Amino acid sequence: MFDLFGFLNSKPQSKNVAKDRLKLVLVHDRSNCSPELLELLKKDILSSISEHVDYDPSDMDIKITRTHDDESGKPVLVASIPIKNLKR
Amino acid sequence: MGEAIVVTSGKGGVGKTTTTANIGAALALLGKRVCVIDADIGLRNLDIVMGLENRIVYDIVDVVTGVCRVKQALIRDKRFENLSLLPAAQTKDKNAVNPDQMKELIEDLKKTHDYVLVDCPAGIEQGFKNAIAGADRAVVVTTPEVSAVRDADRIIGLLEAAEISNPRLIVNRLRVDMVKRGEMMNVQDIEDILAVDLIGVVPDDEEVVMSTNRGEPAVFKDQSLSGMAFRNIARRITGEEVAFLEFDVQESFLEKIKKALSFGK
Repeated sequence: MFDLFGFLNSKPQSKNVAKDRLKLVLVHDRSNCSPELLELLKKDILSSISEHVDYDPSDMDIKITRTHDDESGKPVLVASIPIKNLKR
Repeated sequence: MGEAIVVTSGKGGVGKTTTTANIGAALALLGKRVCVIDADIGLRNLDIVMGLENRIVYDIVDVVTGVCRVKQALIRDKRFENLSLLPAAQTKDKNAVNPDQMKELIEDLKKTHDYVLVDCPAGIEQGFKNAIAGADRAVVVTTPEVSAVRDADRIIGLLEAAEISNPRLIVNRLRVDMVKRGEMMNVQDIEDILAVDLIGVVPDDEEVVMSTNRGEPAVFKDQSLSGMAFRNIARRITGEEVAFLEFDVQESFLEKIKKALSFGK
C-alpha cells in the first residue's frame, strides 16, 4: 500500500533526485576528463569513422558516463552516432 | 608517539571546526593528551569555538618561523589539562607555512601528545596541502547536501593521492525529520556514494549552536545528543567499537536517547 502511494505520487522524493544527480556528476569528477580531452576524443573518433560511414553530426552524442548495470562507478565512454550511409 | 588526524571537508561551513573542537575535547575527556591545531591561517576560528580566543599570545606561524617555541604557543584549556590549542595566525596568509614545516611541527607535537588534530581550511589549495602534510589519518566531514557530498568525494580522492588512505566519514547536521520524509539523503545513501567507512553521525542540534556561542564544546553536555555523537566518535578514534546512535525510530525516539544516555554512564 505504501509502495502504491509512492508510485502514484508523481514527484520523486528529493533525496533520490539528489542521489542520482550526485552519482552522475561524480562520474565526471572522478574521471578527471577535461572538456578539452572530450573534444579531442570526439574529433578523433569522428575522423576515424568518417572513412567508413556517413554520420549525422546534428544528432550525435558522445559523453563520459556510467552504465546503469555497472555499480563499480567506473566511467564509460558512450558514443551514439547516427549513421546515414555505410560506405562500401 | 601519538597520531595526527586531519579534519577536512573541501566545502566550507559543514562543521570542520566544531567537529575538531568537540572531538578534541571528547578525546581529552577520555584521558588522552590532545593538541588541536588551527591550520586555517588567515581565518582563525578554532580558538573562538573553543572559548580560548582571549588567551592567544603566539600562533602557528610564530612557531614555524622560530619566533617562539611550540610550548610557548600552545594554549592549555583550563577545563581539561590534557587539551591544548595551537592557534592559526590571523594576519598572515596560507603561504606563511609550507608542508615541510607542518610535518616537522606535527612530528614534534606527536612526541608529547596522544592525538594531534588538525583543523583543515576549506578548499583544496595550499592551506589544504599544508594541513594534510603531517597527517597519519583523515576524517572527512560532510553534510547531507549535494554540494558537501560532491566536495567530500573530491577530498577523498586527493587524500588518497597524498597516500592518506582509508579516510573515515562524519555525516554532520543530519535532520532526522527530513530523512524520514525522504527529503534528505540518509547516512546509507551518502556511504553508498562516497564508498568510505563511517566513523560517526551527528544530528542537527541547537545545542551545538548554543554551546559554540558560549565557547564550550557540546561534549560537555551530558544530555545533548550531538555531544554524545561526538563522544562516540572520539571513542571510535581510540579503536573502541561503539554502536551507532539510532535516529530512525520516531515513537520511542526520546526513550532511546534516555536509554542510551543511561547506558553511557
